[in-house]
Amino acid sequence: MAEVWIPPQMQNVTGGQGKVLVDGSTVRQLVNNLEKQYPGLKLMLYDEEEDDIMPGLAVIVDGEASQLGLLERVSDASEVHFLPAIGGGG
Amino acid sequence: MLEYKPNMVLSTQEYKVVGTRPIRPDGADKVTGKASYAADINLPGMIFGKILRSPHAHARIKKLDTSKAEAFPGVRAVITSADLQAPAGRASDLTEGAMVNYKFLSNNVMATDKALYKGHAIAAVAAASAHVAEQALALIEVEYEVLPPVLNAKDAMKADSPLVHERLAAMTTASIRAGGILDDDDPTPGTNTANHFEFRLGDLEQGFKDAEVIVEKETSTVAVHQGYIEPHSGTAQWHEDGSLTIWSSSQGHFTVRDYTARLLGVPVSKVKAIPMEIGGGFGAKLTMYSEPVAGALARKAGAPVKVTMSRTEVFEATGPTSGTNIRVKLGATKAGKLTAAEATLIFEAGAFPGSPVPGGAQCIMGAYDIPNAYIEGYDVVVNRPKTSAYRAPGSPAAAFCIETAIDELAEKLGMDPIDFRLMNSAKEGTRRVTGPLMPKVGFIEVLEAAKAHPHYNAPLEGKYRGRGVASGFWGNNSGPSSAIALVMPDGTVSLTEGSPDIGGSRAAISQQFAEVLGIPFEDVHPKVGDTDSIGFTSNTGGSGVAFKTGIAAITAAESIRQQMIQRAAKIWDVEAGDVEYEDGVVQHKSDPELKLTFKQLAARQVPTGGPIVGSAGVNPPGAGPALATHMVDLEVDVDTGKVTILRFTALQDAGKAIHPSYVEGQIQGGVVQGIGWALNEEYYVSEQGQMMNSSFLDYRMPVSLDLPMIDTVIVEVANPSHPYGVRGVGEVCIVPPMAAISNALYNAIGVRLNSLPMNPGVILEALWKKNGSK
Repeated sequence: MAEVWIPPQMQNVTGGQGKVLVDGSTVRQLVNNLEKQYPGLKLMLYDEEEDDIMPGLAVIVDGEASQLGLLERVSDASEVHFLPAIGGGG
Repeated sequence: MLEYKPNMVLSTQEYKVVGTRPIRPDGADKVTGKASYAADINLPGMIFGKILRSPHAHARIKKLDTSKAEAFPGVRAVITSADLQAPAGRASDLTEGAMVNYKFLSNNVMATDKALYKGHAIAAVAAASAHVAEQALALIEVEYEVLPPVLNAKDAMKADSPLVHERLAAMTTASIRAGGILDDDDPTPGTNTANHFEFRLGDLEQGFKDAEVIVEKETSTVAVHQGYIEPHSGTAQWHEDGSLTIWSSSQGHFTVRDYTARLLGVPVSKVKAIPMEIGGGFGAKLTMYSEPVAGALARKAGAPVKVTMSRTEVFEATGPTSGTNIRVKLGATKAGKLTAAEATLIFEAGAFPGSPVPGGAQCIMGAYDIPNAYIEGYDVVVNRPKTSAYRAPGSPAAAFCIETAIDELAEKLGMDPIDFRLMNSAKEGTRRVTGPLMPKVGFIEVLEAAKAHPHYNAPLEGKYRGRGVASGFWGNNSGPSSAIALVMPDGTVSLTEGSPDIGGSRAAISQQFAEVLGIPFEDVHPKVGDTDSIGFTSNTGGSGVAFKTGIAAITAAESIRQQMIQRAAKIWDVEAGDVEYEDGVVQHKSDPELKLTFKQLAARQVPTGGPIVGSAGVNPPGAGPALATHMVDLEVDVDTGKVTILRFTALQDAGKAIHPSYVEGQIQGGVVQGIGWALNEEYYVSEQGQMMNSSFLDYRMPVSLDLPMIDTVIVEVANPSHPYGVRGVGEVCIVPPMAAISNALYNAIGVRLNSLPMNPGVILEALWKKNGSK
């Protein structure tokens, strides 16, 4: 199972847990399975209207900012983070 | 010690074209005045737009009457916010990825019910001449109810502060979905705090218990402008089929297309954005101001309209960077190992949410291995122009705080400041405070080069002279990008790419393309395509172009290489697997007689199967963070407070410098902007929110006479995610200078200055305070 790091702002949903193990082979599956384990998390991570990761949020898989978002593949050994996206300046 | 040479490049791998210094393809036109910038466009029947701006920093617009202006001879159109779309107040994705809150964007382009900063656009006029348009602006009647402005974040966070937006929703999310508008039935009170977020790692309390030395520091910075030489300009022309063409200079013409289409209520397919040459952007031309105004005026007037800002408008109505308040607390063992750190970053966003506080928060501890840490960030709206990105957005102010604190900590420990950084440097596999593991970076190599540099080991003699060191981190970005290459019959290549060229990227992209095909750099003719001619390409920002568009060009070149192999196999009637391509020559693997050069094959492309075209659309991960260390020698005139920079050396991991001269130029430019930010630049704002120095005469930017040669050292630690090892270079160079200069000032006069700018008045005040006199 992939290890998902939960941002501090969302840890009230996970009972204070900062890291949780989740089944799934894509980020989309992780988000859906997170919701099953911790109802309410998906609302914070997923933009239903756009069918995408919440605007302004970046998903980091194994140390790299994903360019594929929900479509990014993950493995059982993957480490997944949700962080604020950073805009560049020049 | 390194043997001194100016502008050293510490290479680890050499290539044939990559790493050389050819003349940039766009250079001759630029230095001979032939290049066309945004305001150079002139069209038959074109008229001119001017914008009426709020004289107040905070005022309710009670009445707006444009009838007299509309009746003025020569006036062709007058628009207000009613002529723009009124999008929903929620963040949404742009086409193909980026995020924007269109309500805020639209309200920034043209005020609706309130003017939120001095200079906020209220209405616009298009007329036969700019002078007539200006005369007509004076006829627009606006009745304001002047409201008390709130001008800094600390005041704006107080419970009794005036509210910039009465219905702003506070966010407490991990995203930068900063702010939004409360639903009508939501009883939650409004706020000026658009977002608050946190990062935690390890056990902070235990980390500080383990510390034997603790340093706490609070710093503040005020808004500074990017100071590009070319003001914003947009020209719009509607066509009979309902489509719109926009000419402007920007860091992303696809953003211009998307924003303009949304604000004018037309599909993106009906808008073509043509990128003109750009006279600087540094992040501030990632958004736009003039284009939708020109579009709305042109639609109403039935004629092409050009809207060009004055310098004062650029200062008052485009995004400077944030004013900030940052507090850090660092703990370390006596041996010099960091055990804990915490930081609070408060950034002014300007009139609308979305300061670069996420960048500052993610970078503030990025250079270091800290096992226990806490970071929180606040995004706060105030009655100032909406901030926009400025080179490594958020990181320079963050570094000013933490890098001066580290200097203080190293001093308390009796350690050399570079040795302290070496002991605590982040490296591949370091757990970052924000969570992910650090990819391969070259911070240790940069620090070792700094320590071995002759500058660091040179004696610095004389009274009131000091040397300072500081480092900086910036994550760099990638994104989608496109390239199309057409092989010409004479063996040259027309290469169209999607990234506006703001720093020599046409050359850097062409070099990577030429390297793959083994052809001369001069045979590649690059150009930047408009939005109808090239695939979607994300903004020129995040120091990402040499990486992402480089990979697009490499991929297109690899396609051409394969097509060349197949064409040669067809000519020789052999299997393609028996043919190889090396150094611009296609040859049979076992028959040395079968050989064709790139040029020979190019000449035979049509009869062997048609034109050879290579194209690529990519979205590559792994931009690779950048780290830098700067050292500066300076001298203080204690009678006047003037600071003279005596020597400046900037060391930076570039991964692989595709064109070392342009990497050096980026580094030197970043340092110069950092020196200005450190010593002089500031928005000097009255209590009523009026910028009092909105010209280059009064807004003091450094010029060549203020500066010594900025010496550079390019350290190359290849980024494994790029075929040639590229990592972004354009931003991290502005991160260390302010802290390095503050640290040097401390060594020169014995006072730690914790606010920017450290101008002569501030220095004299500090000296008087230190000496107990006035």
